[in-house]
Amino acid sequence: MVETLEPAVEPRKGVKARKRRAFVMEVAIVAVIALLLLIVIPPLLSALGQGVRVNQLGRYLALAIAALGIDLIWGYTGLLSLGHGIFFALGGYALGMYLQLQLPAGQIPDFFSLYGVSELPAFWQPFYSFPFTLLAIWLIPTLVAAALGYLVFRNRIRGVYFSILTQAALIVFFNFFNGQQKLINGTNGLKTDTSTIFGMQASDPRIQTIFYVLSVLLLVAGYALCRWLTSGRMGRMLVAIRDDEPRVRFSGYNPTGFKVFVFAISAALAGIAGALYTVQSGIITPSSALSTAFSIEMVIWVAVGGRATLVGAIFGTLLVNFAKTLLSEQFPEIWLFFQGALFLAVVTILPNGIIGWLRTDGWFWLKSVLGRDRLSTYPSLETDPEVEYERENSGD
Amino acid sequence: MTPILESLFGGLSIASVLLLAALGLAIIFGLMGVINMAHGEFMMLGAYTTFVVQNALKKTPLSDIYILFALIAAFIVTALLGLILERGVVRYLYGRPLETLLATWGVSLILQQFIRSVSWQLMLGIAIFSALFFGALWFAGKRLDFERIRSWLIAIAIPISAAIAWFVCDILAKIYKLPFTKPWFGTQGVDVTAPRWLRGGLPIVEGYQLPYTRLFIIFLTVVCIAGIYWFLNNTPWGLRIRAVTQNRNMSACLGIPTQKVDALTFAIGSGLAGIAGCAVSLLGSVSSNIGQQYIVDTFMVVVVGGVGKLVGSIVAAISIGLLNYVVASNALKPLISFSPQLTAIADFFASGPMAKVVVFALIVLFLQIRPAGLFPQKGRTVDA
Repeated sequence: MVETLEPAVEPRKGVKARKRRAFVMEVAIVAVIALLLLIVIPPLLSALGQGVRVNQLGRYLALAIAALGIDLIWGYTGLLSLGHGIFFALGGYALGMYLQLQLPAGQIPDFFSLYGVSELPAFWQPFYSFPFTLLAIWLIPTLVAAALGYLVFRNRIRGVYFSILTQAALIVFFNFFNGQQKLINGTNGLKTDTSTIFGMQASDPRIQTIFYVLSVLLLVAGYALCRWLTSGRMGRMLVAIRDDEPRVRFSGYNPTGFKVFVFAISAALAGIAGALYTVQSGIITPSSALSTAFSIEMVIWVAVGGRATLVGAIFGTLLVNFAKTLLSEQFPEIWLFFQGALFLAVVTILPNGIIGWLRTDGWFWLKSVLGRDRLSTYPSLETDPEVEYERENSGD
Repeated sequence: MTPILESLFGGLSIASVLLLAALGLAIIFGLMGVINMAHGEFMMLGAYTTFVVQNALKKTPLSDIYILFALIAAFIVTALLGLILERGVVRYLYGRPLETLLATWGVSLILQQFIRSVSWQLMLGIAIFSALFFGALWFAGKRLDFERIRSWLIAIAIPISAAIAWFVCDILAKIYKLPFTKPWFGTQGVDVTAPRWLRGGLPIVEGYQLPYTRLFIIFLTVVCIAGIYWFLNNTPWGLRIRAVTQNRNMSACLGIPTQKVDALTFAIGSGLAGIAGCAVSLLGSVSSNIGQQYIVDTFMVVVVGGVGKLVGSIVAAISIGLLNYVVASNALKPLISFSPQLTAIADFFASGPMAKVVVFALIVLFLQIRPAGLFPQKGRTVDA
């Protein structure tokens, strides 16, 4: 019989109540923001004549789901994946294939005839079924990530080696999706906007609204999942792996399982994001979803918002992507310069990202600039006569 | 006989390019544990330097041997840039390899776009900006309270200098128009033509010849490796580099200036990338994203070879190159023709991109047996 370990001292009631209050508060804030996104912002943007932005917002919210996954593995566990485009694309292609197959019986998608293929390849068959597609969107990326992660983490390959291997895996998937015209339409990718879903065209505004709402809801769900994962003992384990993996091993834990698990979860999030993004942008191509640049961009969203802060991942995604849209609409050439500078700046000046900075130094900095707060020290120092004496006589 | 010779040579020539590109990366990674994502872009800059040198020497009697000047120029340009990168960015990030990776990726993006849009206007703008900004810093550096106002000064000086530079360039662009604003290279690729003595090839068997450019690249690779080996083993600075590679803290304790060693190594590694770029430019058209084609393959060479020993990179490059060529050209087809299934599989993978799929799968399998590469550094640290 296993005895459960009771804490030696019961936590004080005040602590419990405070935790409870913080939890309720957080739920309330998330609910308010979600309602704002669902009810207030779309009509507001449309009223301002910026209807296009609603679609962009939906797409970027979908990307934010992927960013949550990146934050989980990079911010919390310290694994920098440069290949999350794989899982994003797997999710996107799964839904894309289902949409391509919404045809009268006996027909196969148009592009096959271009390459002289008259019979549907076998691996397309299951995508006739909607439940299977829903499953495939997140399960296939999860399985691929688990397999790749197991092979890599088992051998304690980590740090930059892991990053390089994920990037190489990305190139492999790119070559496969890009080169196989007869199987998956190669460079041209899959278009989703002209096919039908739920009896309507996928580019129909009503359908797009549904996907916008789905993006918001799944983002909230993803946030809740990540928050739950990272707040308890699991979260402490992940941070421990990030900060000192050998010590975790010496303490009797095997990090491999945790790493594979969290890598698979983040792949599932990326797959869902890929599906939502694809259906809202109308097309998925290897050169967009599977390019090395896109996968590294995902990392920079998290870095800008703040590593190991889940809010930061969402905030950073929206910020960087809207900056990209606005900048590349106005000056297409400047965007790459700006993005490069962003990488440099966020790594050297703001290593904790915007939210991380606000949580640590920024708040005090703002207060001191506004003149609201004095330099805070230990309370005991404030009453120490010697310190008082030094302060008065140092002339500063 | 001919097919075997052909695949051997084809594999070797892929391997030589890979090795030349990976050499600098391996030295830098071995010494500092940082991955330089801008390595491919340094190669690209080396290739563009070759193009510039070729055009500069076109009408002179030196045009036949321009490639020698181009090699030297490419080495110097990229080594200087590497030095700037190390002193300006990388040295602040030691101990944080993942951040270094991201920062150098940012540099590679900037370099790619720079090559596309560089013009007299942009160059003048950068010159004015640097003069104003660094001038202001230098001027303020004389003040006693410089350290205190430094961050404010930088925050103010950047927008002001940028605004002035932008304004001046805008006016000049309106006066001088196209010659001033036209990009030097543009988004189109540029072509480097090999000098006359490198055209054609060495006939070996009837109907098959070894191209001189490929032979030249193999020769160049051998020279570079010999040079690096000589430098590392026979010079004082080489000794210091080897010492820091083996044990950084101990070397620092013994009075080796590790910062200088880092800077020097980064410069040499980047310079080798420039030479590799010069070699690559002989093989085909050069465009601003040429670095991206090579970067992952060269990383693979370093990962398979293991850190700290150059011989690992050499063996890894040759095996990856041969494997790549054999799979892509389907050279083994006569051997497996007895089985239709095997032939079908081999046919499926017989193209450049698909060969990479096979190579990657084999590399992942290989790392299951030897996670630290072919020739790992032996030690007792847990983080090996």
